[in-house]
Amino acid sequence: MNFDLGDDYELLRKTVRDFAENEIRPLAKHLDEREEFSLEITKKKGEMGFLGITVSPDFGGQGLDYLSYIIIVEELARVDASQAATVAAHNSLGTGPIYRYGTKEQKQKYLPRLTTGNALWAFGLTEPDAGSDSNATATTAVKSNQGWILNGQKTFITNGDTPLTIGATIKARTGIKEGEKKEFSCFLVDAGTPGFSTSTLKGKMMWRASNTAELFMSECFVPEENLLGKIGEGSKIMLSTLDSGRLAIAAMGLGCAQGAFEMALNYSKTRKQFGNFIGNFEVNSFKLADMAMKIELARTFLYKTCWLKDNNKSFTKEAAMAKLYCSEIAREIADEALQIHGGYGLMKEYDIERFYRDQRLLQIGEGTSEIQRLVIARHLGLNPIF
Amino acid sequence: MKIAVCLNHVPDTASKISVGQDNQSIDTSGVTFVVNPYDEFAVEEALKTKEKVGGDTVVISLGNDNNKESIKKALAMGVDNAVLLKTNEIYDSLSVAKILANEIKTQNAEIVFFGKQSVDYDNGAVGQMCAELLGYNSVSVVVGLEINGNKVRAEREIEGGREIVETELPVVITTQKGLNEPRYASLKGIMAAKKKIIDEKIPENCSNYTETISMKKPPAKQPGRIIGTDATAVPELIRLLKEEVKVI
Ligand SMILES: Cc1cc2nc3c(=O)[nH]c(=O)nc-3n(C[C@H](O)[C@H](O)[C@H](O)COP(=O)(O)OP(=O)(O)OC[C@H]3O[C@@H](n4cnc5c(N)ncnc54)[C@H](O)[C@@H]3O)c2cc1C
Repeated sequence: MNFDLGDDYELLRKTVRDFAENEIRPLAKHLDEREEFSLEITKKKGEMGFLGITVSPDFGGQGLDYLSYIIIVEELARVDASQAATVAAHNSLGTGPIYRYGTKEQKQKYLPRLTTGNALWAFGLTEPDAGSDSNATATTAVKSNQGWILNGQKTFITNGDTPLTIGATIKARTGIKEGEKKEFSCFLVDAGTPGFSTSTLKGKMMWRASNTAELFMSECFVPEENLLGKIGEGSKIMLSTLDSGRLAIAAMGLGCAQGAFEMALNYSKTRKQFGNFIGNFEVNSFKLADMAMKIELARTFLYKTCWLKDNNKSFTKEAAMAKLYCSEIAREIADEALQIHGGYGLMKEYDIERFYRDQRLLQIGEGTSEIQRLVIARHLGLNPIF
Repeated sequence: MKIAVCLNHVPDTASKISVGQDNQSIDTSGVTFVVNPYDEFAVEEALKTKEKVGGDTVVISLGNDNNKESIKKALAMGVDNAVLLKTNEIYDSLSVAKILANEIKTQNAEIVFFGKQSVDYDNGAVGQMCAELLGYNSVSVVVGLEINGNKVRAEREIEGGREIVETELPVVITTQKGLNEPRYASLKGIMAAKKKIIDEKIPENCSNYTETISMKKPPAKQPGRIIGTDATAVPELIRLLKEEVKVI
């Protein structure tokens, strides 16, 4: 067993931390307040290489392992969830399925652009009536001459409607005959395709500088060469993408917890009441000790899960556990960190206010906490009823 | 053209420094080390110079294995080669300058960058000493630089203004904040750095010219004193500033 991360990962962490502190921290509050997606920061992240982290250099990516990717997301989330979300969604959900399931032609067509920061790709699984129950996908794809006609709607799609978005992977039902077993397939739908439109969802409580959109397909023709994987592989592609994606959401929880903890620790060492620094009151110092412990546990387990993935071992159960644990401690720690800030923590002037809101998505997106427990329980040989 | 940049690995300025058991050195336990902040400008300028005039860059660092962390950062930023002059000794400025000058000679570097000072001992002397030992021209505390062929035009910071200096290669430049914006190491750079080799050499023995007798922390800052809250306090304030603090 070797827990030494080594110089290269530390250099990576320091580099991302510097970038996040200098390029993101000064703008995060403003972008959050205005609910604004930043083209400028996205392009800078592209220049750093954050938008094609695990993709092979053959397609313009960086060819790093999953642990590197997770450290990058963690460090971005330590400063701002929205910026981490853009990176996580693009890498795990956007380029991930194309890289893993695309044909050589598809990879060559899309990946070199998608790894630069000049283009984003979205992942369209969730629908108004198909959230946790992804088998309820109602979008349809009907075979036509040399392609498919798509009809349906997707919602809550990250990076779905930014000026950089060049398309989305859409899961649709292909076997739609009466009495047939449901069959799903995935399609690469380019932005600008007639019948394909997008619209940004406004009024989010969290991740306000990350783009969330609705996608509409109306008699939208997609050529045969844009089928991703094989007919009938839709669920497999989507679910395996989510397994990996969960690690990035876990990294967002870990980074958020770390950031909130640091704010609370600093505040507790500078705020005095009753003649003492508030961190010296036993209740608060114990709270901080608990936070530090939870973060260490979360990090150790998340990195172990990355190690499983990087070494081609199965990691579905562990990914669910890591996502569940990291996102739940993010909530606990953001909550206690805010408590330590007292009334000031409720004011926008303090970053903890943003962290408190931002963490709330983590127990819902890419499979709710309940669904993670379901996945874990199934791995225990149980068959939860629902 | 060979361009060298000398790099020091120093305690992060945000870390809390305490004096070690021996009263002669700092206690490094729990202290994080970083690239000397002024050396980051030196690395950036070396890279920019290479981009303009071509050639090869080499980073040279004197210290132990821990220095590799900072060397790797320079490599990830884009420096081509690296030399670690490996030692556990702590040398004074002149000894450091002699060891570095030797290596610069071996490297045949004609443009050499240093940070204007290291934030550990803060002597601000090594760059200029090296220049003298090598017989190179030297410009220190540089905030603007142009190199054209053999000609060097440097702007340096002086009390209350800027001075423009012209000289020729070979030259030692010590860099000051404001000269440039150090780039981030990109992921590509970090990957490329993994493949670069750090050439480890044992420097020739050198004896120090100075001896550290003891180290102590500066006395704790006195708390502020409130003399009064209205105009009647002014005469007493002026008296104290004149007689006690002696600033007016
Ligand atoms: C900001 C944001 C970004 C997102 N980005 C994307 C994206 O890029 N692509 C994409 O496809 N989707 C995306 N999503 C959608 C997200 O994955 C879904 O919101 C999530 O899967 C939950 O679905 P739902 O909101 O429909 O909730 P529902 O499924 O309706 O769940 C409601 C509640 O019921 C519980 N529940 C449901 N089923 C069960 C059960 N069997 N047992 C116990 N409890 C159950 C849930 O846990 C939850 O508490 C995003 C969502 C948000 C908010």
